[in-house]
Amino acid sequence: MKELDYPFDSELIRKKRIKIRKALLADESVTYIEKRIAILGGSTTSEVKNMIELFLLNNGIKPYFYESEYNRFYEDGVFDNPELVGFEPEIIYIHTSTRNIIKWPAAGDDAESVNILSAEVEGKFKGLWDHLSQKYHCPIIQNNFELPFYRMLGNQDAVMLQGRNSYINRLNEMIYVYAREHDNFFVHDINYEAASYGLDKWSEPFYWHMYKYAMAVPAIPYTAYGVAVIIKAILGRNKKVLALDLDNTLWGGVIGDDGPENIEIGQETSLGQTYSEFQSYVKELKQTGTLLTVISKNNDDVARSGFDRPDSVLKVDDFVSFKANWEPKDRNLVEEANELNLLPESFVFADDNPAEREIIRQSIPGVAIPEFDQPENYIHNIDRAGYFEVTKLSSDDLKRNEMYQANAKRSVAQAGFTDYAEYLKSLEMTAEIRPFEEIYMSRIAQLSNKSNQFNLTTRRFTQAEIEKIAADDSYITLYGKLQDKFGDNGVVSVVIGEKENDVLHIRLWLMSCRVLKREMEFAMMDELVNVAGESGITTIYGYYYPTAKNSMVKDFYGIQGFEKISEDEEKNSIWKFVITDDYINKNNSIKVN
Amino acid sequence: MTREEVMEKVNEIIQDVFDDDSIQVTDETVAADVDGWDSLMHITLIGTVEDEFDVKFAMKDVVGMKNVGQMVDLIMEQTD
Repeated sequence: MKELDYPFDSELIRKKRIKIRKALLADESVTYIEKRIAILGGSTTSEVKNMIELFLLNNGIKPYFYESEYNRFYEDGVFDNPELVGFEPEIIYIHTSTRNIIKWPAAGDDAESVNILSAEVEGKFKGLWDHLSQKYHCPIIQNNFELPFYRMLGNQDAVMLQGRNSYINRLNEMIYVYAREHDNFFVHDINYEAASYGLDKWSEPFYWHMYKYAMAVPAIPYTAYGVAVIIKAILGRNKKVLALDLDNTLWGGVIGDDGPENIEIGQETSLGQTYSEFQSYVKELKQTGTLLTVISKNNDDVARSGFDRPDSVLKVDDFVSFKANWEPKDRNLVEEANELNLLPESFVFADDNPAEREIIRQSIPGVAIPEFDQPENYIHNIDRAGYFEVTKLSSDDLKRNEMYQANAKRSVAQAGFTDYAEYLKSLEMTAEIRPFEEIYMSRIAQLSNKSNQFNLTTRRFTQAEIEKIAADDSYITLYGKLQDKFGDNGVVSVVIGEKENDVLHIRLWLMSCRVLKREMEFAMMDELVNVAGESGITTIYGYYYPTAKNSMVKDFYGIQGFEKISEDEEKNSIWKFVITDDYINKNNSIKVN
Repeated sequence: MTREEVMEKVNEIIQDVFDDDSIQVTDETVAADVDGWDSLMHITLIGTVEDEFDVKFAMKDVVGMKNVGQMVDLIMEQTD
């Protein structure tokens, strides 16, 4: 819904909240995933909760909330309030702020007493976090502390150990160190939000003394947006691709008319500098794992010549797909999505031309389309929207561009073969297919949350659930990691089976679409039969639950040699496979383990 | 703005915030008279009124506000 896209009108969405909420819930084209979210607050949280709800609904996530009583975040968490225990949170958000710091360093304190003071706060919070993560095994989101709204020591407040500003920085660093060391712990940066909103307005004491809100009520939508962005990223709903126009988007001017030597880029002019800074930003985005593509109305050779300039930060190689032609842009975007085996809704479309943006908005729902009118605001409009929110940089994220580049090379290699089997052999593929291992838990959880197309049951799992299943003897788990001569694809397939005597029920079977038609699904089946047989399983049941996106696997079990035993009116089907001694491996192209 | 105009606009805002076009408020209307007017919605309402009329209530005003009539009076004090 456009009202909830960044940059939103904070007043409008607070005023129209009830109406907007009704409209979101009435939209039947959306299939929501449901999540139980506990908000443990150090101040009033009602409006925070209401706004988080709107932004999550807008992202296809339907939250159910638990709210602690006013300022009971610590007691609720540490002493296991039965209501919270019964709620079984899947995500916990600890909404504390500088208002929750009770004891401050005083002017007469020496270094040692400030140390004791901060150690006390550290002990309290770490105790809370450790307890919550052991008790609930779910992601924890924790606010940092915002800068204080007055400075007793003026400019030196940041310098002297007795200053509030200095003390806040010390506590925040403590939170960050903990976050670096704990996988399922995420900092929500209200300190940055307050600065961005304007600290004086953000911390107007009126709202604290009147309503016990830690921040100005009109600022709450921004905080809620920040939390929603983290939740969406944890659940694997980030955007993956930034599709860029060229003329007046990546450089100033029209390259076809002005020629590559006259476009605005580089350090000569203010506009040129602005576009260069934006190109640098885009290049940094690529380094965090975002895929870049071009969609431009231009002749291909002319478009490419813009990147040949020595002062162009971006080079043609930085893009995993380059479409400069005269086709409609919506068609180009869909083609790029197909090439990359991604859904169009994982795209962000950046174009200075409002008419082009409107075409995409009308024809491909789900594509994010930032306002792109002033080049000096391009970075802000992409950055603040949180499309590509980083929760952590996995090695997979950092290598993603390489993997897609390698895919492009594979397509070229494939064109040289007439026999597909020969082509597969030439890839020299090796796979590692084993029970879930510690280092892959986050990747496995990520895959379960973002795989839509090659996914038989579309069941979503948090990392904590994945870890629990991995440790449980009544499950058989397998991850598949595929490598070939062009590069490492990382973990691309996941299977979870639940044992019931000598029967195995497949609860999850998914594969990343970037390794379609590589026989990886057969390698997984071979290994599953092997492992299941060893643990005394004689029969495997597979389940297919259709969604709007997974029709490509509706006959998957049939192809694997299962027999369909039932199908209901909603096309949910159950498949049966009997393990026999004469099972013949189906995969001939991949060397396994 | 006349007092009647302010009253009418306040009524529209209240209809908007509570998403109910059938609400008709008077000077004597208090929170308990309107379905859903709890302390949380009160905050939203105050914020929206401040926004729409471009006024700012002091804490003592908000604390002392007893009914819709008093809200209208406070708005009148700050607008021409």
